[in-house]
Amino acid sequence: MVIQALVFYLFAAVVVASAVMVISARNPVHSVLFLILAFFNAAGLFLLMGAEFLAMILVVVYVGAVAVLFLFVVMMLDVNVAQLRQGFLQYLPIGALVGLILLVELVMVLGAWVLAPGTVEGSGMPIPDPSQVTNTEALGRVIYDHYIYLFQAAGLILLIAMIGAIVLTLRQREGVRRQSISKQVARQRAEGVELKDVPSGGGV
Amino acid sequence: MSIGADIVAALPELFLAGTAIILLMLGVFMRDISTRSIGLLAVAALAFAGALIYLGDGRGTVAFNGLFLNDGFGDFMKVLVLIGAALTIVMALRGLEQEQMNQFEFPVLLVLATVGMLMMISANDLISLYMGLELQSLALYVVAAFRRDSLRSSEAGLKYFVLGSLASGMLLYGMSMVYGFTGSTSFDVLAQVFASQEDAPSIGLIVGIVFIAAGLAFKISAVPFHMWTPDVYEGAPTPVTAFLAAAPKVAAMALLVRVLMGPFGDLVAQWQQIVVFIALASMLLGSFAAIVQSNIKRLMAYSSIGHVGFALVGLAAGSEAGVRGVAVYMAIYLFMTVGVFAVILAMRVNGRAVEAMDDLKGLSKTNPLMALAMAALMFSMAGIPPLAGFFGKFYVFMAAVEAGLFELAVIGVLASVVAAYYYLRIVKVMYFDEPVEAFDKPVGSELASVLAISTLVIVLFVLIPGPIVDGAATAAEALTSAGR
Repeated sequence: MVIQALVFYLFAAVVVASAVMVISARNPVHSVLFLILAFFNAAGLFLLMGAEFLAMILVVVYVGAVAVLFLFVVMMLDVNVAQLRQGFLQYLPIGALVGLILLVELVMVLGAWVLAPGTVEGSGMPIPDPSQVTNTEALGRVIYDHYIYLFQAAGLILLIAMIGAIVLTLRQREGVRRQSISKQVARQRAEGVELKDVPSGGGV
Repeated sequence: MSIGADIVAALPELFLAGTAIILLMLGVFMRDISTRSIGLLAVAALAFAGALIYLGDGRGTVAFNGLFLNDGFGDFMKVLVLIGAALTIVMALRGLEQEQMNQFEFPVLLVLATVGMLMMISANDLISLYMGLELQSLALYVVAAFRRDSLRSSEAGLKYFVLGSLASGMLLYGMSMVYGFTGSTSFDVLAQVFASQEDAPSIGLIVGIVFIAAGLAFKISAVPFHMWTPDVYEGAPTPVTAFLAAAPKVAAMALLVRVLMGPFGDLVAQWQQIVVFIALASMLLGSFAAIVQSNIKRLMAYSSIGHVGFALVGLAAGSEAGVRGVAVYMAIYLFMTVGVFAVILAMRVNGRAVEAMDDLKGLSKTNPLMALAMAALMFSMAGIPPLAGFFGKFYVFMAAVEAGLFELAVIGVLASVVAAYYYLRIVKVMYFDEPVEAFDKPVGSELASVLAISTLVIVLFVLIPGPIVDGAATAAEALTSAGR
């Protein structure tokens, strides 16, 4: 138990510290690297809770794909942080005011929070017994069985996002040389290679 | 419930989604297929989906573990949405060719947006509501920016996207509040929880309802969440504006009615004042701000804000008669809007689209039939009997009076008098001003037939009110009796 607690505090502390670094680091590349560190430690936290599948997915999807993509974008776009922070002070008072009002509202709401009686037990998805089903199976039942409708709807939304990105950005340009794999594969030796008979010993 | 029964319940939506994907593949793999044929196939698919809804039994079947609901209200609204979408796609076909945005993705995106609208109307859970709404909105953001080389179209798309995302954020925030209070996102459970409560609802729940109402008010462009409407309507290509003004408005209004009357039906006292305020502000702003407009697309934007205000008067009543009023109003609004946009799409001089009100000058001499149809539509929009627009207003105001909202009804009538000024000004411009350059002829069979259909519906409504009024009555009954 002691070791578990120690490991938990280690992971949790690193997550919090690196999350702070993500938003405070001056260099955006460092920000993304700290983000990756935060993801790794969050995966560790999941492992401690026994959610292996989520831990692995976090590493594979977020570290492997999303964060690396971020890194590419940040490196390619060469974001000028100093320029982005221009006008920060100018908008600080109004931003702080809005934030303050929201904070007061939240405190008021949460202070008067009452759960409707007898609703929490009867609703939501029941948590299955971990000794009976694996993580992956339990998640799959929720996402692909119970919420199949929403899962397919999300798929359609992503399809629209893809169509939209292509429609709004793809331009057919003239004179672009495209790779045609079938053409490359179908090439015969006779078309590509020509043997020249060079007379030897003749000089120029 | 087995998956087979689920599929049967959601057959129209599944059919349309499948068709959209097939059309997309047709467009990609058959290079020489024209946008026109894809568009016509899309219209046929919409008509077929409408037939599926009409033939299906709309008797409160719940499918997909309570996420999806089929009922009479949904059927009525879905058929309206499909009619609106089909008519506007037909109108867009020619416009697309003329405006050099002849890409086959356009009808595909509109069909996908329609799927989103149907899902919104059938939502029986906060999450499926949100999914449908996003599916619809995302497709509309893209089509608003469809003419990507035009600065104004891109601006319209971007503005719509940014403000729409903000509204979605508010909606989600409100939903999380409601979920935090009740522990469920299902409409049925929400309705049960609120019905079983004796004491006043907690402040957190009220904040949640306010945020949900605000997010949905953005989608129907009700004041004070209307700011995007004039800019987007003006900037987007005209065929897109026609689509935006018709079907999505009906769908979002249906969604708002379903959410407020369904799960939050027992909290009428909480949301009634919000709806009353939104209705008042929309009617007044829609009437007064439109007076100074000279661009007809901007004018239509303010006009639609005003019409949404009038429809909300029915919702503010919070009764079955009120819901019937909203349904009748949205049905008539749909046909009026489609008709007016058919005229706007026909406004082309020397192959160039014009959209100033002055371009309509003397239309009665250059194109008497079109002027006559436009005049009928304008009189109807102003709410002059015996045209359909009058009856739409009549039903919502009657419901408001029955519910004791006299002030709201009186101010509504006054606002409609103000609005009559700018509708009648268009009639005056068409009939009493010296003709300017005539519009290009012929306008095309698509526009002419859509204009004829919508004008006939508006004019003949007084003789044959049955289909719309009875349908709306059944719809309202299905909504208010469900779950009680």
